Amino acid sequence: MSPVIELAEVTKSYPGGVHALRSVDLSVEPGELIAIVGPSGSGKSTMLNVIGTLDRPTTGTVRIDGHDVARLSDRQLSALRASRIGFVFQSFHLAPGRDAVANVADGLLYAGLPKRERERRARAALVRVGLGDRLGHRPHQLSGGERQRVAVARAVAGDPTVLLADEPTGNLDTASGQGVMDLLRELNAAGTTVLVITHDHDIAGTLPRQVPMRDGQVV
Amino acid sequence: MALLRPARLRPSDLLRLGGYGLRSRPLRAVLSALGIAIGIAAMVAVVGISSSSQADLDRKLAALGTNMLRVSPGHTMMGDDATLPDDALSMIKRVGPVIAATATGSVTDTSVYRSDRIPEQETGGLSVLAAQLDLLDTVGATMADGTWLNAATAEYPAVVLGSGAARRLGDVPTVYIDGRWYSVIGVLDSVPLAPELDTAVLIGWDAARSYLGFDGHFTTVYTRAVESQIEAVKAVLGRTANPQSPEEVDVSRPSDVLIAKRTANASFTALLLGLGGVALLVGGIGVANTMVISVLERRSEIGLRRSLGATRGQIRTQFVSEALLLSLLGGAGGVLGGFAVTAVYAGTQDWPAVVPPWAIAGGLGATLAIGAVAGLYPAIRAARLAPTEALAAA
Repeated sequence: MSPVIELAEVTKSYPGGVHALRSVDLSVEPGELIAIVGPSGSGKSTMLNVIGTLDRPTTGTVRIDGHDVARLSDRQLSALRASRIGFVFQSFHLAPGRDAVANVADGLLYAGLPKRERERRARAALVRVGLGDRLGHRPHQLSGGERQRVAVARAVAGDPTVLLADEPTGNLDTASGQGVMDLLRELNAAGTTVLVITHDHDIAGTLPRQVPMRDGQVV
Repeated sequence: MALLRPARLRPSDLLRLGGYGLRSRPLRAVLSALGIAIGIAAMVAVVGISSSSQADLDRKLAALGTNMLRVSPGHTMMGDDATLPDDALSMIKRVGPVIAATATGSVTDTSVYRSDRIPEQETGGLSVLAAQLDLLDTVGATMADGTWLNAATAEYPAVVLGSGAARRLGDVPTVYIDGRWYSVIGVLDSVPLAPELDTAVLIGWDAARSYLGFDGHFTTVYTRAVESQIEAVKAVLGRTANPQSPEEVDVSRPSDVLIAKRTANASFTALLLGLGGVALLVGGIGVANTMVISVLERRSEIGLRRSLGATRGQIRTQFVSEALLLSLLGGAGGVLGGFAVTAVYAGTQDWPAVVPPWAIAGGLGATLAIGAVAGLYPAIRAARLAPTEALAAA
């Protein structure tokens, strides 16, 4: 089976001589649950942006689900993100004033589904993350853990190949964080490749594979 | 390997996306739409009011007819006041296409007072005109009150007041002219084609001769001719009225004066329209300003949408449609407002309220153009935002 994520000698430099990534190699097989762990400034967020095709590497090759990112136009990258990649952010990024179903359904807007179908799938995704009784709640009516579950539901509603979670427990207390990590494990067990970025070695330690990073390199 | 092609946004989804940004900040949306609304309302109202006044004039002209000609003595070559020959009226009546002709004669050196107690100097500026019995039909005048002169009353000291004269003299049963009382037997409505009758006190031809020393000269001949021949008749009237010195005769077409007034109004309308345009421009700048702020505030939303798979084009379209929706909101409100202003103003003037469809279409078209221009720059900025940078803004 070919790897779903493949990074070969990837570097990312910023003007002024900052090297966020230095010749990183990484290969992730389908169905893996993997933690990228390192202190802040280690380059793990840049890594997530590069894997998520939000940013292009300075040099090196990035392949996502077999597509060479360097050969794709911005439009094609957008289509790739819409169909293959789900994101979960530390700060949730939910739209205030819109209920859970609307927030999750918005995640399917760029997949080209009609509104009715988007809402049907959104409800199914919310039930899947255990928020079946919170469908009509707005973000301010939900706890932090519940908000992050809505964000996870939005990320998986489109059935992506890869789920990228950037410090998903960073804004949560231990119990809520535990719940979100359990949810990610369940999704992984159901077949989704999950990549968690964290600075927390305890959380990383509970996952089957860890990629430690320091100073832009995998150590 | 499957081809990667971004899905198209449905029009209904675009509408929803545009509306979502507005609904999240309703007060700001309403205020910036208001700028557009005021501009459009001003323009629609200006066009509407001028069209209503035109419709009113057209209606009046249709009722009055445009086939009337007015003949009056001009000046001699020496600059003195000319007079019309005594047979001018009968000559004019003999011209083929002339349907009707009648005359009034100015009774000079007379003043009209409401009673004998009024000091002689306070004349009120009213003229006394000797009138023929068919004056009413020929100039298209109607009675506001009482009756017009008839064969009997035309020989007795009885007068009919023009509408302006009646206003100045008040509701009196008699008037006092040169030491004699005259009964007021009727009051005319205002006569648009012969405004000089409004400030006149009209008296029968024979009565003017016997009581006021009227010399019997015509000072104005009103003529109705076949509409299609009107220019030809106008050309020969001078020679017909005064064959010896046709250049001493003034011939005019009173309906032309009304139409000329309308043309003068049109240039005033253009000025007001320009002012409305300035208001609209200011409104457009308001929308652009709102959109720029909206893009700045919603950077993290933009980043999120990019991570969800929105293309640059889709981000751009979202913000342009938001700007279009915003200005369309203002435009629709403005058209309604302009309509209301026109209806109220036309109501007070007793005009038919008319807003031409091209003004509505033009107003909405202008709004859309302004929305597109105002939204484009902020939308392009939103689309250029790098996703990572936009996400970091939260």
